[in-house]
Amino acid sequence: MQNIEQELRQFVVDNFLFGQPNGHLSSSDSFLDKGIIDSTGVLELVVFLEETYRIKIQDRELVPDNLDSINNLVRFLERKLQHTS
Amino acid sequence: MCGIAGILNFSEKRVDPVLLVRMVERIRHRGPDDFGIYTDKRAGLAHTRLSIIDLGAGQQPMHNEDKSLSIIFNGEIFNYVELRKDLVRKGRSFRTRSDTEVILRLYEEKGEQCVQDLNGQWAFAIWDSKRERLFLSRDRLGVRPLFYTVTEDAFVFGSEIKSIFAIPNVSREIDPIALDQIFTFWVSIPPRTIFKNILELPPGHSLTVHRKQIAAQQYWRLDYAEGSKNVGSAAAHEEQYAGELLDLLVDATRIRLRSDVPVGAYVSGGLDSSFVTALVKKFTETPLRTFSVTFDDAEFDEGSYQNEVTHFLETDHQEVRCSCEDIGSVFPAVIWHTERPILRTAPAPLYILSELVRAHGYKVVLTGEGADEMFGGYDIFKEAKIRRFCAAHPQSTTRPLLFRRLYPYQPYLQGQSDAYLRAFFHVRPHELKSEFFSHLPRWELTSKLKMFFSEDIKSQVRSHDGYADLRSTLPPGYSAWDAFCRAQYLEAAYLLPGYILSSQGDRVAMAHSVEGRFPFLDYRVAEFAAGIPPYLKMKVLNEKYLLKRCANGLVPPSVMKRPKQPYRAPDGKSFFHGPPLEYVDALLSSDRIQQDGLFDSLAVKSLVQKFRQGRAIGVRDNMALVGILSTQLVVEQFVRNFGDRPFYAEHRAGTAPVCR
Repeated sequence: MQNIEQELRQFVVDNFLFGQPNGHLSSSDSFLDKGIIDSTGVLELVVFLEETYRIKIQDRELVPDNLDSINNLVRFLERKLQHTS
Repeated sequence: MCGIAGILNFSEKRVDPVLLVRMVERIRHRGPDDFGIYTDKRAGLAHTRLSIIDLGAGQQPMHNEDKSLSIIFNGEIFNYVELRKDLVRKGRSFRTRSDTEVILRLYEEKGEQCVQDLNGQWAFAIWDSKRERLFLSRDRLGVRPLFYTVTEDAFVFGSEIKSIFAIPNVSREIDPIALDQIFTFWVSIPPRTIFKNILELPPGHSLTVHRKQIAAQQYWRLDYAEGSKNVGSAAAHEEQYAGELLDLLVDATRIRLRSDVPVGAYVSGGLDSSFVTALVKKFTETPLRTFSVTFDDAEFDEGSYQNEVTHFLETDHQEVRCSCEDIGSVFPAVIWHTERPILRTAPAPLYILSELVRAHGYKVVLTGEGADEMFGGYDIFKEAKIRRFCAAHPQSTTRPLLFRRLYPYQPYLQGQSDAYLRAFFHVRPHELKSEFFSHLPRWELTSKLKMFFSEDIKSQVRSHDGYADLRSTLPPGYSAWDAFCRAQYLEAAYLLPGYILSSQGDRVAMAHSVEGRFPFLDYRVAEFAAGIPPYLKMKVLNEKYLLKRCANGLVPPSVMKRPKQPYRAPDGKSFFHGPPLEYVDALLSSDRIQQDGLFDSLAVKSLVQKFRQGRAIGVRDNMALVGILSTQLVVEQFVRNFGDRPFYAEHRAGTAPVCR
């Protein structure tokens, strides 16, 4: 899971922070509170997860509880990957 | 319509006519029909003319009999016929039929108070040589532009900044504070412009220069005190309001058809331009030619509605089709004309449209600008209303569902879960207390673009508070106004002149010598709209309620019923869609970004990468790309190589718009 966390962080930094140094993004930071993600951001995130991890995300799963921080993402992804494996 | 420029030397020294010629040459697109200059012992005035009224006479600079007064004027005074009659009755004699002379005579009669009587769109300068006073004025809502600067030995002014830059000792530098403001509010707050020491005369202001004393005074402002008072008053007056408004709009349109050349109209497919076209058609005898822009991209195209309008109103119609490649190819020229960074490409198709208008021999078009600001059409007003409604019961799970009524044209927003929808529009407690409540979501989103600023710019603007700047320019009584009126004011006083009427209006129309006229911005209409209760503007969530009532039966029913769609154009993808654009590669290259020093080269590189891979779909990414590219074009065309404009030529040689 260490790897996944790193990959996710890298994606968020590249895609939403444009590679800018971000010592401040902790794994529990809310993307919404930090203003990192907007409505299209959610979609970009979903496309990334589906393509990278070959999972299918249902509409009802598109909620901040699953997607709104590195920690939430890791937890959500673990659950999804267990189900598919 | 025209361009003006001038110099007032602080000491008694004749202005070099060569300088005046240079100034006016820079803005010949504003008036290709004629030009004239005048110098006396310390003042120099220059004018470039687009002949619209009194084609034979009306040359400028124009003088009174003893040449103690000289005027240069850009714009139109629509009530000049009535003003002239009044003045004749008072014994003034006239040598021409022009509106220019009406201003001059009115100044003789009333001095600087003359502006109070004018109904129109103007920027003019009067040199009063006896009193040694230069008097400059700009129309109430900022339709026509006017800029100035002060050098060591002179006051210098012009319709466009490029005419001022024609003076050799005027420096051309980007102002980081203005950049910060644009990357927050979409506009710099007047008098500030994107260039250090170049000032804009704000709308509704006059300015006098006497020797080295320069004093600006506001002669008019939008005032919502009356409209706020009426909140909750009886709806019985609705009928009466609608009748009054229709009468006003008919008259505002009628006097805007005063012209010695034929007048056309823009048709967007929306309510406002359809209404204006209908007013011309139904209430005047004017034969009308209409023009519109259509898009290859179905997301932006309103062609089917435009067709309905032009069939319904039986106008002689012309349209131009605009592709992403077209936008990419004209963009440098567009920025040469806007003279400021912009966050949307929407001015580009209008630049292409004005070329079409000109190609058909038209110089004047009526448009629907201003209706959304004055009568409450924008989604931002609706959004503020819903946010307030939700904040009143933060625990409600049903109230946030209303946000689905917003931005129907943004598919990514529509697809969100309820939970995200709630989160995106969540109202934080400090927002409710803010005098900028309605605009905080937009400004906070836009401020995210500042992550692309270089460390140097970040440190220069760190201690700067844009909201405080804005607050300092708010009119007295603002905080006591109704919330809806406050939101309207923020749109009408800042975004309207600073973007809609300039970058999307005057500058791209005048680029092809086309003059826009705006019945909804007749000051009588604006004052009427400010004075009516807000519930007549947006009834619950029904935008432009009163205006729709007036338009009922005059425009096609489908146009009345369609969801409000703001005019937009393809943004970032315009620059990465077709064959590579040389200027995009050059100006966004890491080397160039580092040399110019405004943005972070690494961040820009990642952003460009995201666009090249077709992954940049969000509003923020698109605003960032357009904002950065347009800023780089401002630097290239005004700071680095003023006047060379290698990329400007690209458009001329490139794809011409397809006319059908």
